[in-house]
Amino acid sequence: MSASKFSNPVVRWIDHRLPIFSFLEHEANEYPTPKNLNYFWNFGSLAGISLVIMIVTGITLAMSYTAHVDYAFESVERIMRDVNHGWLLRYIHMNGASFFFIVVFVHIFRGLYYGSYKAPRELLWMLGVVILLLMMATAFMGYVLPWGQMSFWGATVITNLFSAIPFVGESIVTWLWGGFSVDNPTLNRFFALHYLMPFLIVGVVILHLVALHRFGSNNPLGIDTRGPQDTLPFHPYYTIKDFFGLSVFLTFLAAAVFFFPNFLGHPDNYIPANPMQTPAHIVPEWYFLPFYAILRAVPDKLGGVLAMFGAIAILFVLPWLDRSPVRSARFRPMFKIFFWILVIDCIVLGYVGAKPAEGMYLLVGRVATVWYFIHFLAILPLLSVIETPRPLPQSISTPVFGGGVGLAGAAAAPKEKV
Amino acid sequence: MKKLFLCLAALMMAGPALAAGGGDVVLKQKDWSFSGPFGSFDQAAMQRGLQAYVEVCSGCHSLDYVSFRNLADLGYNEAEIKAIAAQYEVEDGPNDDGDMFMRAALPADRFPAPYANQNAARAANNGAYPPDLSLIAKARANGPDYLYSLLTSYEEAPGDTEIPEGMYYNAAYSGHMIAMPQPLYGDDLTYADGAESSVEAISADLVAFLAWTAEPALEKRKRTGVAVVAFLLILSVMSFGAMRFIWADVKKSKV
Repeated sequence: MSASKFSNPVVRWIDHRLPIFSFLEHEANEYPTPKNLNYFWNFGSLAGISLVIMIVTGITLAMSYTAHVDYAFESVERIMRDVNHGWLLRYIHMNGASFFFIVVFVHIFRGLYYGSYKAPRELLWMLGVVILLLMMATAFMGYVLPWGQMSFWGATVITNLFSAIPFVGESIVTWLWGGFSVDNPTLNRFFALHYLMPFLIVGVVILHLVALHRFGSNNPLGIDTRGPQDTLPFHPYYTIKDFFGLSVFLTFLAAAVFFFPNFLGHPDNYIPANPMQTPAHIVPEWYFLPFYAILRAVPDKLGGVLAMFGAIAILFVLPWLDRSPVRSARFRPMFKIFFWILVIDCIVLGYVGAKPAEGMYLLVGRVATVWYFIHFLAILPLLSVIETPRPLPQSISTPVFGGGVGLAGAAAAPKEKV
Repeated sequence: MKKLFLCLAALMMAGPALAAGGGDVVLKQKDWSFSGPFGSFDQAAMQRGLQAYVEVCSGCHSLDYVSFRNLADLGYNEAEIKAIAAQYEVEDGPNDDGDMFMRAALPADRFPAPYANQNAARAANNGAYPPDLSLIAKARANGPDYLYSLLTSYEEAPGDTEIPEGMYYNAAYSGHMIAMPQPLYGDDLTYADGAESSVEAISADLVAFLAWTAEPALEKRKRTGVAVVAFLLILSVMSFGAMRFIWADVKKSKV
């Protein structure tokens, strides 16, 4: 450790004993980052900032929230009406959840497109899937807290999924509820867990970052960096780029918060929970709709639950389903087509998830569900074998299509590691 | 890859819109003063709406989340608010003898509900429960248009429709059968400011009032939003410039 690189004596004194400044210098200032990252690489830092926004607004909301079936709805209204800027905090938290998911979905599809899940970044990817699962659990429990109609009935539907487990299902649901229906004990534990889980996410995000910094970011070409000519120090190049991305992101978030705060919500959640009256259509928040469609596509309850969780579980093994040595879809003509079909498939699933599960919608939902699994279980393994990738450039700093040089170097594509 | 973002945006928009659609009803659409990014409340209309609520709706519908002190937003001063509150009696206590007692309402009190509890409300209304109106404009899809349509769409039922006892025909209500009797017939009240009191006019005033009760901070929210979004747009442009400046040498060396 070269403590001498800091001129400030206090910093030098501290760093000699606790090398946090060296750590920051190394991980933020010197950290070599591919010079060719496009704007899709902004979404990682945006997701991190979204998490911070959610935690800060969430903790301040918790100061005025009452987790009790008789007071929860009213305490939220007090936040909206009587707490100074409570309406702002709550609308940021509400819309922030949606924006967090938008950012994370883009982040995930970016990883899928550019093959960021491939060696040596498999664990980085899998930690990301863990974060997604934790986010979904957190968002679900958070939506229950205002104790509106959709809160109550959403909680009832989702917790009831566990009753599909053979033999012990009913007991598990009773255990989850802390009673024989969704009631005060359920609300209390959901609040406790909703407060806890973001900090678990922070923990996994730190692991995600450690794994990221082991090999650095992937890049749009999907080839490894070959040396300093391919990289830039993270600061100031990517700090300023992330700052610009953040400004644009916040502009969109602010537009939603201040002008369309209830657009992504459901009006029924402004009706206090009523266990005696089921809403006409119970729909989850928009970010769960594709999974909801998969759940309902399978005629068997247990099968539907397995398919829904399987849709995420499958992402854990993605690095071993897609065996192609080429990462970026830019050099994989067939993969690129199937990637876009998958994107459309997920959007179709989301659309169907918002519709009643009947007639045409059910049929389309089933086809889209089957396609989702075919994509991962059949097409990706198959493409690894039959697809001929386009020649890869020699390095990031070499002009992308280096004519004969690129062809000679990469005709047999798999040469990744020199 | 830009397509991806657009598609996600489309998905976002499709979700709630599809979820909320009632189906068999076409709502009357009005240009409300409070809609749009620069929208603001119309105080005169809200004051009339308050009068209509008090004289017509409050017989059955509560307004649980609104306190008399909130009426300052409608343009009333402290003395006027005290006078309005004093027209109501609320239960307080226990006093030193341990008894509950009635007293005149104060600005800090909420509007008293017409019924002691939900069962009493149902018993008095043929089993139907008149919902609390504080949040009604947010608790229905397209709330303001929905409320306006509902109040103005009581009609003679088409010849072949059977109307059960205690139900009424309303073209704007999903299923067209509603348990609420027609509340407005025109000239139901005389406005303090002498404004028009047709069914449409009173309905519009009520909507203005209920949009405020649903979200008293709406006006502040929109005003703040204009400033915040303007700031963020400028910040975006400036940080874009800063980014270009910092990246200039990298971009140059590439060419």
